[in-house]
Amino acid sequence: MRPEDLLCPSPKGLYSPAGDFYVDPVRAVPRALITHGHSDHARRGHGQVLATRETLDLMALRYGANFAGATQALAYGESVDINGVRVTAHPAGHVLGSAQMALDWRGLTIVASGDYKDAADPTCAPFAPVRCHVFISEATFGLPVFRHPDAAAETAKLVNSVGLFPERAHILGAYSLGKAQRMMALLRQAGHAAPLYVHGALTEITDYYEAKGMALGPIRPVKGVAKAELAGAIVIAPPMALTDVWTRNFPDPVTAFASGWMRVRARARQRGIELPLVVSDHADWDGLTASVAATGCEELWVTHGAEDALVHWAGTRGLRARPLHMVGYAEEDEDAQAAAEGEPPPAAAEGEAEAGAGDGAP
Amino acid sequence: MNRFAALLDRLAYEPRRNAKIRLMADYFRATPDPERGVALAALTGKLAFTNAKPGLIRTLIAERTDPVLFEMSYDYVGDLSETVALMWPAPPKAAPAANHPPFLSEIVEGLEVLPKRDLPGQLAQWLDGLDETGRWALLKLITGALRVGASARLAKTAVAALGDIPPDEVELVWPGLTMPYRELFAWVEGRAERPETLDPAPFRPVMLAHAVEDEGFGGLAAADFAAEWKWDGIRVQAVSGRSLEGERVTRLYSRTGEDLSAAFPDLVAALDFEGALDGELLVVREARVQSFNVLQQRLNRKTVTAKMLAEFPAHIRAYDLLTEGGEDLRPLPFRARRARLEALAARLIAGGHDRLDLSPMVPFASWEALAAARADPAGAGAGPDAAAVEGVMLKRWDTPYLPGRPKGPWWKWKRDPHTVDAVLMYAQRGHGKRSSYYSDYTFGVWTAGEDGDVLVPVGKAYFGFTDAELLEIDKFVRSATVNRFGPVREVLHAPDEGLVLEIAFEGLARSTRHKSGVAMRFPRVARLRWDKPPREADRLETLEALLRSEG
Repeated sequence: MRPEDLLCPSPKGLYSPAGDFYVDPVRAVPRALITHGHSDHARRGHGQVLATRETLDLMALRYGANFAGATQALAYGESVDINGVRVTAHPAGHVLGSAQMALDWRGLTIVASGDYKDAADPTCAPFAPVRCHVFISEATFGLPVFRHPDAAAETAKLVNSVGLFPERAHILGAYSLGKAQRMMALLRQAGHAAPLYVHGALTEITDYYEAKGMALGPIRPVKGVAKAELAGAIVIAPPMALTDVWTRNFPDPVTAFASGWMRVRARARQRGIELPLVVSDHADWDGLTASVAATGCEELWVTHGAEDALVHWAGTRGLRARPLHMVGYAEEDEDAQAAAEGEPPPAAAEGEAEAGAGDGAP
Repeated sequence: MNRFAALLDRLAYEPRRNAKIRLMADYFRATPDPERGVALAALTGKLAFTNAKPGLIRTLIAERTDPVLFEMSYDYVGDLSETVALMWPAPPKAAPAANHPPFLSEIVEGLEVLPKRDLPGQLAQWLDGLDETGRWALLKLITGALRVGASARLAKTAVAALGDIPPDEVELVWPGLTMPYRELFAWVEGRAERPETLDPAPFRPVMLAHAVEDEGFGGLAAADFAAEWKWDGIRVQAVSGRSLEGERVTRLYSRTGEDLSAAFPDLVAALDFEGALDGELLVVREARVQSFNVLQQRLNRKTVTAKMLAEFPAHIRAYDLLTEGGEDLRPLPFRARRARLEALAARLIAGGHDRLDLSPMVPFASWEALAAARADPAGAGAGPDAAAVEGVMLKRWDTPYLPGRPKGPWWKWKRDPHTVDAVLMYAQRGHGKRSSYYSDYTFGVWTAGEDGDVLVPVGKAYFGFTDAELLEIDKFVRSATVNRFGPVREVLHAPDEGLVLEIAFEGLARSTRHKSGVAMRFPRVARLRWDKPPREADRLETLEALLRSEG
């Protein structure tokens, strides 16, 4: 019995020969486990989808109620049996509803963690390491230059800038699912009580977070608000809107962007960001290595990102590791990259795509 | 240091001048002495460290990180200081409470007194005490690569903003001050008197002119104004005086107060007078003024060689006299200052001074006569120097020398620029206010290629157009994009499809950096030629011919 009989890479994504299902497949398949609602992991058109209630709801928000043939919700800690493979969901700490999928079969445990972070996030359940034989990890920020600072200190930079430039609008770029709502919560924790204005692409998901009981304070659509009223205001928008003609409707805007990529100056400069905030929903280098260690795994598989560095690190620890060279992931970030170049992302989910021309102009 | 680093971090990303001033002023307001004074020295380029080389930084990081991971990281980040700043391992938590984040002032003092062998250990200890941004700033500072887009002038303007003091006033007292500038801060904050200037050769803020716009002279009377040639060199202020010890101190300043003395030792040595004069720095060979291109060959050199001094002799053509023998002439009307300047120049030249002469007046009785002179400087007195004439300057006979750019007393009326019809090839998004606009344009002209004519880029322009024209070009760029390279778009540029821009420029120089072999001075978009098909745009041969005629 090899781990590959339980789970192995395939062109459509991670496939379980034993259970006959996929994890986060990039194409439509008969049966899929979905770790979280970002568009690169959660695609539409599958036959049966197993995910947390929140992930299913978010997919329905983005794709419409008929995004899959049938759906089944799985709560954290709950298990189901699929063709003899026991599947259990555990919190991944990435965004609301994000789950690691633990697969147990004939005494072997493989954890497909999806995207995860071990840092605190007021908008989702904290990451919980799961003991396993094989741990499957992302490596989006898998280089030791990526050490995410304290998110509260980064948020304070934005609040201070608003204090220093009260006549300017601050436009904060943040991914529409997860990052945007986390920034809202962080701004509230930082004592910023004024209304936060949001781009039209953010309203539905933000409403959903609030319906789930998260107190995000006064949130207002920016559409239709007079330019003068936006002096000193924080406006949250999807990253691609930052360089859009849309920004011309704001008083002398400061463009901020909350992303782990902002750690590298050249990336922030290339995109013309004036106030980079290093806030990420992915584990940083220390988080990746600590999380891998915490699972006690015997083998590490790396799905996407800087695989080589994490595999090298595992080698120095005597841990067997291999890159899976999965394609099609991390597009939530690539979307933003493409957007910086003024280009509609090819695989963009509706949520991001509609951020383009004209929407939400005040 | 972490606070200063946060300022540098923010400045590096902020494109707006006024916002930079606000950020610096905010820092100066919130930071006590002497820390802010040391920061001011760093921002005005007054600090120089020689011991910290990139090799030392590489050694330090190699001792602390896995070499494979370092190489992967360096490869990704692309900048040594930044990679090290980000990768530097956090010191063990239990350890040093003694390791408080170091102050900038501590670091600067330490670097001055530390023996070289103690530097690695001390630097490591400082890095342990700082966060990522702090480490980045420290490494940039000590390797002399601190480029955050804030000039010395801007930093001084921020200091002035702490009180209600004009930046020029700070400029005036600046030469006599040293780090950590306690008396300067005390003065701008209203806690002390204005510091005394002890500098025997201080810079005095210069007077600048407004451009004569298309509407012409309106109600101005020709008789109220003097006219002289506007020479195409570098506007300088030459100041000479004696220190308390009786030693002669001579300095050459740029119009922003930058000290240029080190680049022109020949001129500084030759200036033998007591006072401050305003003039144009020119290269003069055998009594003929050379073009700006010739002067530029001397400007671009880092070191001054004897050969260069001989081949590019620097001169000053004097425009104005600000002080003489301790007397401040600036309150006097131009007519009186000009008389004093003429007398001084006559004395100096009679005394054998061959590095200074007088900028001649251009006599004129009416605006029409002046327009004729401007159109033909060679025939109106400039003679063989006409190629170095950029236009005419108009100065009211009755106004004092006022710092800044007061509207009314001085006008510059430039000669018509050269123009060329070029084709828009690439457009790049601008910065700051213009970050959603394609506002930087690369344009080209036709030249013979292997398979017929091709466009070769000859320059870049990012001003000259109106706001309405910017919108038009932006719209065109977005609709005619054929390729994208990061923030740059390649736009359609075929013989019958594309946008022709009329580019105005001041001059041409040969260039090895440009594929076309030519580089333009001050290129800007003069007009949009929607009416003109790209095939009718100019050819490279036209520019090459102009290059030959400009010498």
